[in-house]
Amino acid sequence: MSADSPVSLPDTALSLGDAPLLSASDVAVSFGDLDVVSGVDLRVEPGSLVGLVGPNGAGKTTVLRAVTGAVEPDAGTVEIGGDPASSLSAKAVGRRVASVPQTTNLAFDFRVRHVVEMGRTPHLGRFDAHGVEDDAAVDAAMAAADVDRFDDRSITAVSGGERQRVLLARALAQAAPLLLLDEPTASLDVNHAVETLELVRAFVDDGDRGAIAAIHDLDAAARYCDEVVVLANGGVRAAGPPESVLSASAVGAAFDAEAFVGRNPATGTPAVTAFPHSDVESRRVHVVGTGRPAARVVARLAAAGHEPSVGVVPAGDAAAGAAADAGATAVTAPPFEGPAEATIAAARDLAADADATLAVGVERSGDGANDPTGSDPTGSGPTVNGPPANGPNAEVAAAADDVVPVAVDVGDEELLDAVADAAAEKE
Amino acid sequence: MRPWVRSAAWSAAVAALLAVVVVGSAAIGPVRIPPETVVKSVLNALSVPAGIETSASGVGPLSVPGVGPLTLPGVDLAFASPFAFPVDSVHQRIVVGVRLPRILLAALVGFALAAAGTVMQGFFRNPMADPSIIGVSSGAAVGAVAFIVFPAALSATLALPLVGPVEVGLSRGAGTSLFAFVGALVAAFGVYAIATRGGRTPVATLLLAGVAVQTFLGAVVSYLQLQAGESLRQIVAWLMGHLSGAAWSEVAVTAAVVPPLFAVLLAYARDLNVLLLGEEEARGLGIAVERTKRVLLAASALITAAGVAFAGVIGFVGLIVPHMLRLVVGPDHRVLLPTAALAGGTFLVAADTLARSAAAEYPVGIVTAAVGAPFFVYLLVTREVTEL
Repeated sequence: MSADSPVSLPDTALSLGDAPLLSASDVAVSFGDLDVVSGVDLRVEPGSLVGLVGPNGAGKTTVLRAVTGAVEPDAGTVEIGGDPASSLSAKAVGRRVASVPQTTNLAFDFRVRHVVEMGRTPHLGRFDAHGVEDDAAVDAAMAAADVDRFDDRSITAVSGGERQRVLLARALAQAAPLLLLDEPTASLDVNHAVETLELVRAFVDDGDRGAIAAIHDLDAAARYCDEVVVLANGGVRAAGPPESVLSASAVGAAFDAEAFVGRNPATGTPAVTAFPHSDVESRRVHVVGTGRPAARVVARLAAAGHEPSVGVVPAGDAAAGAAADAGATAVTAPPFEGPAEATIAAARDLAADADATLAVGVERSGDGANDPTGSDPTGSGPTVNGPPANGPNAEVAAAADDVVPVAVDVGDEELLDAVADAAAEKE
Repeated sequence: MRPWVRSAAWSAAVAALLAVVVVGSAAIGPVRIPPETVVKSVLNALSVPAGIETSASGVGPLSVPGVGPLTLPGVDLAFASPFAFPVDSVHQRIVVGVRLPRILLAALVGFALAAAGTVMQGFFRNPMADPSIIGVSSGAAVGAVAFIVFPAALSATLALPLVGPVEVGLSRGAGTSLFAFVGALVAAFGVYAIATRGGRTPVATLLLAGVAVQTFLGAVVSYLQLQAGESLRQIVAWLMGHLSGAAWSEVAVTAAVVPPLFAVLLAYARDLNVLLLGEEEARGLGIAVERTKRVLLAASALITAAGVAFAGVIGFVGLIVPHMLRLVVGPDHRVLLPTAALAGGTFLVAADTLARSAAAEYPVGIVTAAVGAPFFVYLLVTREVTEL
């Protein structure tokens, strides 16, 4: 799994043609009286990675277990490569689907390589010995999952994260066209988490293979999956491309939290931030300020259920982006130009109309103008926690009856209290 | 090294050790016999097929010790003894007629118990499991003790379902063994039936059902002991495990039953490895889990039943021998199973030699437990056994 050379994965011996690798329809599973999931439809096409997201206990693992046949669905059908799973022998399923469980439970100290070799089981008859092909698949899988460095260690003597990668290597050695992963990055460090998902991506990008992964990291799901299925309250709440599915309202409803969906600045994919549920009264809040501090305030206000607006900000400013992601109004002006009078007026109207107006402190850049000592090498000098004294935003702030200053690093509760106080004052 | 190559190398080494222990054991006794005399006596007794003679009588010219003439209707295998070393005839008779059957029975029983113990430990994913865990030993005990207490009544009831007025004459030894064997299988099947719901047999349920059945059968054995009267001594000897008075016929029966069952277990060695990952993962890797479990349970129950039928309940062999070998050769059943089985045979031959060379002869079960328990404590203290 080295970054500089392309990974080589074991060849998939079996091709299932154009049939969907997995097609589950109307699947219901219950344990005794407890209905875990019902009415679940899933489809994994060749070349695609489907992410299964949802809160703890939503039934992600159960759905995956229903696919492998480890639990018998009460209703619905599961087809693997076009054939009903119930009509396939355990061996046939093992050749079509490889699973990466969350962890494994081994009381005996097998060597790591031996555990990976077990992935070849569905390809071997009872009296077959491992052949050249099997060795090649095991070697490639171990190199791809970056476990070849400790192939001779005992599986009981490796860390949880290493163990998870051993299980990934075992699944790759199985060389099945469909990969099922249950929280594959749950106990991995940030480097191996990314490399694992890159590896799964490479696995499906080959074109004939596909994968479905239960993922709790929504940002990772958004970044790597072609399709995201949101599972909550015993059923599928939303399904589709991550951009359309991972909306603040869908995520908030599924996870019973206030969520803000922004953009990951590095990857440009949706980035989800959740906040604890708040039961504050929704307010119109106008935010005066720019840059990331104002963006953070806008995002949190939206997540808490308020209706924020922001302005005047330069077009392309972080605060404008946050407002767009939150579906809020942003009054923008072209950068490096003074805003037109009409623009300022628009922002003034928003401020006058708002239940509360917040002025977010400004992070001064270290241009020396306000930092005569030049003693701050980080470039972030003292901050101003008050309404701007001049410039267009001073006019906007003046339009509001009362402007509440908030600090650049204002806390969640402090922010919501400031809104409540300002709104109460105005009434 | 390839697992099967490694397996063959280790097995050859343990088999060589077994051969040395067998020869050493045959040399020890009230009459000391030099090891080379033992080897010569054994070679003298060997019969090999030398050709085929067609005759109407159907009686072979030579016989295999204990088995009798090997005959096929109309076709006789002619046997010849290729060796004729000059050996004292008394020594020859002691080695071949007295000591060897007992030693070989010990080797076969130890082999069977250790093989079954290895499989049960893998099957239950628990290093503390042993062959008796599914009720086989307690079932055998009930069968054997019942026959010892009520030999006449049980011979009569056995005669009932047979066709016609066939006289069923069960000798005491054969009857005890037959009832022990049947009792073992009935108990194992009962445990399996209790633990199975809708075609699935959860291992945890099986374990608990085994404990329940063992406890109940223990009560039955205790009750029978109260009713035993004069035969109590015989019961105690059986329950402690014994190999004294072993006959060639017992060796022949055990030798016919144990190796085929062992071959079945060995064929499932790789499946056992995968089962150690847990049933769900094993299923994901293409193992037909429930069917595999049924095969393993049936073969283990049968091989254990064959082991205890003649020798009684011999504890600790099936528990500690697999454990010792796991420390030496690792957990891969392709290597572990044959080496543990051979080591089990070696261990029981050695333990029985100890049991019969003391001033008074002790039941071998006492020796295996007396040697096995401290070793087990050692494993616990050094924390080699960490999972329960």
